[in-house]
Amino acid sequence: MSLDRVKPIYDVVVIGSGPGGLGAAIAAKKNGADDVLIIERDNELGGILVQCIHNGFGVEIFKEDLPGPLYAHRFIQEANSLGVEVLSDTMVLDITPLRKITAVGKRAGFVELEARAIVLAMGCRERTRAQIRIPGTRPAGIYTAGTAQRFVNVEGYMPGNRFVILGSGDIGMIMARRLTLEGAKVERVLEIMPFLTGLTRNYVQCLLDYNIPLELRHTVSRILGNYRVEAVEAVEVDENWNPIPGTEEIIPCDTLLLSVGLIPENELSRKAGVILDPNTGGPVVDESMQTSVSGIFAAGNVVHVYDLVDWVTEAGFIAGKSAAKYAVEMKKGISRQVKLVAGANVRYIVPQYLDSESLAESDQRIQLRVVRPIEEKVWVEVTDGEHLITRKLERYVRPGEIVTIKIPKKAYDEVQKADKLVVRVTRS
Amino acid sequence: MKKYDVIIIGAGIIGCMIARFLSRYKLDILLIEKEADVCMGATAANTAIIHAGYDPVPGSLKAEMNVKGNKMWDTLAGELNIPFERRGDYVVAIGEEELPKLEELMKQGIQNGVPGLVLLSGDEVRRREPNINPKVSGALWASTGGIADPFAAAVAAAENAVMNGVTIMFETVFQDFIMDGNKIVGIKTNRGDFASRWVINAAGLYSDEVMHKAGVRPEFRITPRKGEYYVFDRAEITINNVLFPVPTPVTKGILVTTTIHGNTIIGPNAKDIQDKEDRSVTREGLEEVWNGALKLVPKLELKHVIAVFAGLRAGGNAPSPNPNIKYNHDYVIEIPSDVKGFVNLGGIESPGLVSSPAIATRVIELLKDAGEKLEEKKDWDPIRPARPRFRDLSKEEQRILVQNDPRYGRIVCRCESVTEGEIVAEIHAPVPAKTYDAIKRRTWLGTGRCQGGFDTPRVVEILARELGVPPTQITKKGPGSEFLKRRTKDVA
Repeated sequence: MSLDRVKPIYDVVVIGSGPGGLGAAIAAKKNGADDVLIIERDNELGGILVQCIHNGFGVEIFKEDLPGPLYAHRFIQEANSLGVEVLSDTMVLDITPLRKITAVGKRAGFVELEARAIVLAMGCRERTRAQIRIPGTRPAGIYTAGTAQRFVNVEGYMPGNRFVILGSGDIGMIMARRLTLEGAKVERVLEIMPFLTGLTRNYVQCLLDYNIPLELRHTVSRILGNYRVEAVEAVEVDENWNPIPGTEEIIPCDTLLLSVGLIPENELSRKAGVILDPNTGGPVVDESMQTSVSGIFAAGNVVHVYDLVDWVTEAGFIAGKSAAKYAVEMKKGISRQVKLVAGANVRYIVPQYLDSESLAESDQRIQLRVVRPIEEKVWVEVTDGEHLITRKLERYVRPGEIVTIKIPKKAYDEVQKADKLVVRVTRS
Repeated sequence: MKKYDVIIIGAGIIGCMIARFLSRYKLDILLIEKEADVCMGATAANTAIIHAGYDPVPGSLKAEMNVKGNKMWDTLAGELNIPFERRGDYVVAIGEEELPKLEELMKQGIQNGVPGLVLLSGDEVRRREPNINPKVSGALWASTGGIADPFAAAVAAAENAVMNGVTIMFETVFQDFIMDGNKIVGIKTNRGDFASRWVINAAGLYSDEVMHKAGVRPEFRITPRKGEYYVFDRAEITINNVLFPVPTPVTKGILVTTTIHGNTIIGPNAKDIQDKEDRSVTREGLEEVWNGALKLVPKLELKHVIAVFAGLRAGGNAPSPNPNIKYNHDYVIEIPSDVKGFVNLGGIESPGLVSSPAIATRVIELLKDAGEKLEEKKDWDPIRPARPRFRDLSKEEQRILVQNDPRYGRIVCRCESVTEGEIVAEIHAPVPAKTYDAIKRRTWLGTGRCQGGFDTPRVVEILARELGVPPTQITKKGPGSEFLKRRTKDVA
């Protein structure tokens, strides 16, 4: 999408086009939002689903077992047919609490826009080696499972031939199978906990079926090799995760994959002033998925890490619907504000705006000052720009004396239709 | 055989700085480096501090170089566009019993000629650094202390040298000297022999082995001293200042400080080891650093750590050239009397970074003293221009940059907001960045909380495209550290 097609203001802007973002954009459109824009940092929509070529997606929503890209494709098509706009290859740099967005992209250039409501759908990122502080060297050949997955499934390259995988998370187990199918040897999956941390079905389908050994209560205690990983030292741990001396084992390998957890990605949320829950790592939300900043919603793994993609999509539906509702109400709010415009011989009017709904309650009194004195009978008139709504006769007007006029309750319908009220003072 | 006037062995901060200062003169200079990039040794992993100069033993060459070097940094950083801030530093006393040490240190600093030293009360320190241990009893404040980016310093110096005619060869390993009697006339390397009138030993951790090949100082030994560090997420904790503990006789201790990029770092410990390539982090070392840092700043949290690393100090055992003091870990900066054509440096450990411009200047003085007519080039350009850093620009500047070159609109490293334009510029710079780590050091890409998880596949792709090689040839830090083994579907 080119820069000139980006509008200055959208009803709903969704940040991220993974399952949460796509769900939110679709739901926003279906629930009355006129302009919905997805901003995606990658070239393709779908987020991490693009590289998840294994199946297991859609069982809840479609009652079908789909691979990731196909699951994403269904929502991408729906979003397209609903007229959701997309700004891809574009990274959001900043969001303010008043929902001003700054983004930048190679094709889009430098973009600034506003949103009546925002859905945060940035997903999550993988925990790294440093966060679990594995001792040893810092050679090539240490990847998070997701980075390796991108190399293999998107770029078409093998990041190693002989693997040890630390962590029994789902991506790690799925990659164990994938790498085996690509002709690599997966020596071991190590898990520090006394139990599997991913889904049992992945253990069966990805490890058991391929004879890949899983060792619980084991971790990597050291990485060896200066330029490329040459081996890892595995060790058994006690109930406090401390290594048990004497259980060390050197496992030769050229690659260590880490599948040691996911963390919601909330750098932008922080910039927007959104309050985060230290336990989930994601924004504190209400039942509508609204964050602590009104008009900013959050959907999917950015809130907390879900087990199933289908649930992420469903969270996106809720956030998108709520965001649309917020935007629509806000627009109504703006349209109720009718501007009072100073016409002939009027210097200013107070109030400057009139809430048209206020006439449902009572007459509304407005005050104004004139520019020039007129020492004869004059009409003070309120019009919608063309048609007279109400008027009042004054014996004279002088700049030093405030003129008051009431807009009556019975003008409710006319004011509802007006986009401005022009007040003028003319000779009778 | 190609003949040079000067060959410098080692492209760490010292070798690069000497190359830069010597590039001012009409000399044909070659800088060789065994690794794939500049600053892969001691310069690659240290605390990045521009020390004020109150630490070194008064009268030592170390003290002299530190204080002289410190004064040169404003001009140096300005000319070479090195990220540098003179924020000052604190030596922090915890509990009343540590207070007398501060006064000793202050006296030592005054003896070394360090200006701007002030003793502060505990209340004043707490006010200036709210995260500090509330038991702080006082601090020595050194207003001339600073922080700098050591990679940027070495890269900038090397680039400025290249701009002024110096040749750099990477992956070029010094093997031996070519001698003519007691005169060095050249060197042998894995890439052939090179003749030279002068050879400068700036080999850092390997400086002992190099000088021994020339028969100089057979008793001199470099003992690698490992220091381990933690790096914290910028978004989670901010330390405003450089906080030293009260030093011990062997080390300045475990600091809590900030990098010029805003990350809090803690470290280093100090452990003598044998292996000059052992930059592995150990469980015990990490524990020691953690406990040491908690003493200064108790509110540090492990979950905010984004990286751990280890560096090696090139500690020597040379007695001080000053006969009036007893000190056996001084710098060696000399033209030995028994070997001609050799400028010998060794034991340049901390405060090596701050001292580097002073050491380069001292080398020039030594060459002059040895009768070398150093004639200045008329067109020498001391300025190394900075390249744009998207992250540091205002919105308006960012908009213009992206308008002029859309590659600056593509963010490749999302934690640190590094763009494709910056990466491409580094790949084609005067000292080209050809490895992932080379780009990382220059742009700070991959140093954030995701530690390269997002950018690595993209950087591999850009490097392959720009260098015109298949992605399987792209390395992390030189041959043997390739990221990828083969294409999928190829037979293993």
